[in-house]
Amino acid sequence: MRSDHWLDSCPCWFWLSRTPKALPQTLRVLQAVCILLCRDGRALAHLASPWRQWATLRMERGAKEKNHQLYKPYTNGIIAKDPTSLEEEIKEIRRSGSSKALDNTPEFELSDIFYFCRKGMETIMDDEVTKRFSAEELESWNLLSRTNYNFQYISLRLTVLWGLGVLIRYCFLLPLRIALAFTGISLLVVGTTMVGYLPNGRFKEFLSKHVHLMCYRICVRALTAIITYHDRKNRPRNGGICVANHTSPIDVIILASDGYYAMVGQVHGGLMGVIQRAMVRACPHVWFERSEVKDRHLVAKRLTEHVQDKSKLPILIFPEGTCINNTSVMMFKKGSFEIGATVYPVAIKYDPQFGDAFWNSSKYGMVTYLLRMMTSWAIVCSVWYLPPMTRETDEDAVQFANRVKAAIARQGGLVDLLWDGGLKREKVKDAFKEEQQRLYSKMIVGNHEDRSRS
Amino acid sequence: MVHDHDFKGHLHGDNFQISLVSHSQITRLYSRFTSLDKGENGTLSREDFQRIPELAINPLGDRIINAFFPEGEDQVNFRGFMRTLAHFRPIEDNEKSKDVNGPEPLNSRSNKLHFAFRLYDLDKDDKISRDELLQVLRMMVGVNISDEQLGSIADRTIQEADQDGDSAISFTEFVKVLEKVDVEQKMSIRFLH
Repeated sequence: MRSDHWLDSCPCWFWLSRTPKALPQTLRVLQAVCILLCRDGRALAHLASPWRQWATLRMERGAKEKNHQLYKPYTNGIIAKDPTSLEEEIKEIRRSGSSKALDNTPEFELSDIFYFCRKGMETIMDDEVTKRFSAEELESWNLLSRTNYNFQYISLRLTVLWGLGVLIRYCFLLPLRIALAFTGISLLVVGTTMVGYLPNGRFKEFLSKHVHLMCYRICVRALTAIITYHDRKNRPRNGGICVANHTSPIDVIILASDGYYAMVGQVHGGLMGVIQRAMVRACPHVWFERSEVKDRHLVAKRLTEHVQDKSKLPILIFPEGTCINNTSVMMFKKGSFEIGATVYPVAIKYDPQFGDAFWNSSKYGMVTYLLRMMTSWAIVCSVWYLPPMTRETDEDAVQFANRVKAAIARQGGLVDLLWDGGLKREKVKDAFKEEQQRLYSKMIVGNHEDRSRS
Repeated sequence: MVHDHDFKGHLHGDNFQISLVSHSQITRLYSRFTSLDKGENGTLSREDFQRIPELAINPLGDRIINAFFPEGEDQVNFRGFMRTLAHFRPIEDNEKSKDVNGPEPLNSRSNKLHFAFRLYDLDKDDKISRDELLQVLRMMVGVNISDEQLGSIADRTIQEADQDGDSAISFTEFVKVLEKVDVEQKMSIRFLH
């Protein structure tokens, strides 16, 4: 961990050292623990680890005593799937059914239906897409009943331990974290507004960067996020675009507490709107009105203008467009890859052992989600800064986007999928079904050119 | 672990065929069933199936979904779900219990072929007529083949299979045409664990 503690514990010191000298002993202890949380969340993680392991062992032993097999969810899928193509599969079925030598004349066989039937059944049992939109199931229990779907009463000791955990998390950690979050957000709004009054120049840029950084770091502490940054030499520079995989709104805070970024997003109302308006006074962020978001040319134009100005900070974008549960990376929208700027890919991988950071927006609203985050043990994640990439002359935006996506997936240990994250809410396009039908037609009648007389 | 009464209640009273599926496999499938059940009312509707993207792009997706729903019903419960999936168990699993007096297991070769036959037989009259074959073919090829060509393919298929001269394929004729095909392997889904 870096040792510039003065930046992030500064407001906490200010806050806490103003209590009167004649403190009761308990408050002094509280003060010490608060400082401990602020400065090194790792202590918390180390404390909890042996308890977690004990709890998991106890559950397994309890399961064996009752002759049950402990249900271990497998993220690699529950059924065996062959990665063969439509053509190969159907040819194999036909080959096994006919005694005549295999000639490649296209024709229809009644047995062709077996292929579609089995493929369909396989996807009903286990498909690659729908499981990415709900939280990952864990193999070992992390003392949070919410993340283990198969929680059941096993022993009194385990329940007591879990109850103790609830007490600590809700009565002790939560108020501290809420206080920190409140401090962070209000400092952000007040600080950036004040910086906004200064005349434009180097001093204003310097102050604005550091105000942003300080406030993001306070927010990171408010979530007790323990982050490990790798390859910091590859951090994004001015005039570039930073792309990362998206799991939750916390991704923004995690990245922005280690570098200086310009944000991109839609203008919101309420508290978010207040924060956005304050931030944009201090340094240029790119906020779009709701009506402008639909206009792709306008979006591209504004982003291009921003990256061409080398004095402006790198843009932070999440090309998936929606939150995915951190087991895979889904299709990157090509908009940000058409601009022609250098792309700095970043891979973010959360460790779900202390708290699941995925935001299931169809299940929880933003406030509920933040409360769940603040009542977890900690948010542990790793961030890898990958070497910058530029578009080659012979590839188009989509191929470039896929290349960046593959690099991020490889680094983060995530599954690389071609499916669109928008399938969370929308139906799949008919074009994919038509593609399957076209491939099959070729097997029955061959290509258009050599279609025989009917 | 999922409580036993959660799904055993659904399976209570069913024949021994489903009890041949292992406990952990049932648990996994029940977990899958509940994750598909967005309405959380213990049954699946056709929309729940159509929400699976990889199934929605399957040309015969609608026919397969139809196989889960008994005549005239719009909802399928966990028992019905398991019954339909039980057709796809590998045949080797039956070696473990050789009950010659019991009913024929759902995943026998004959029952697997019957499942495929029902995908073709749209009106459930135990015959595949030329019209039905044409409709299923149209689903599989989309707009890529003309009506005349499709018609001649259907005619040729029925001609090769038909033995009793009624210009339709009965189940016995269907089985005869496919007697050499490795149905056991092609219509089976293996669990990883």
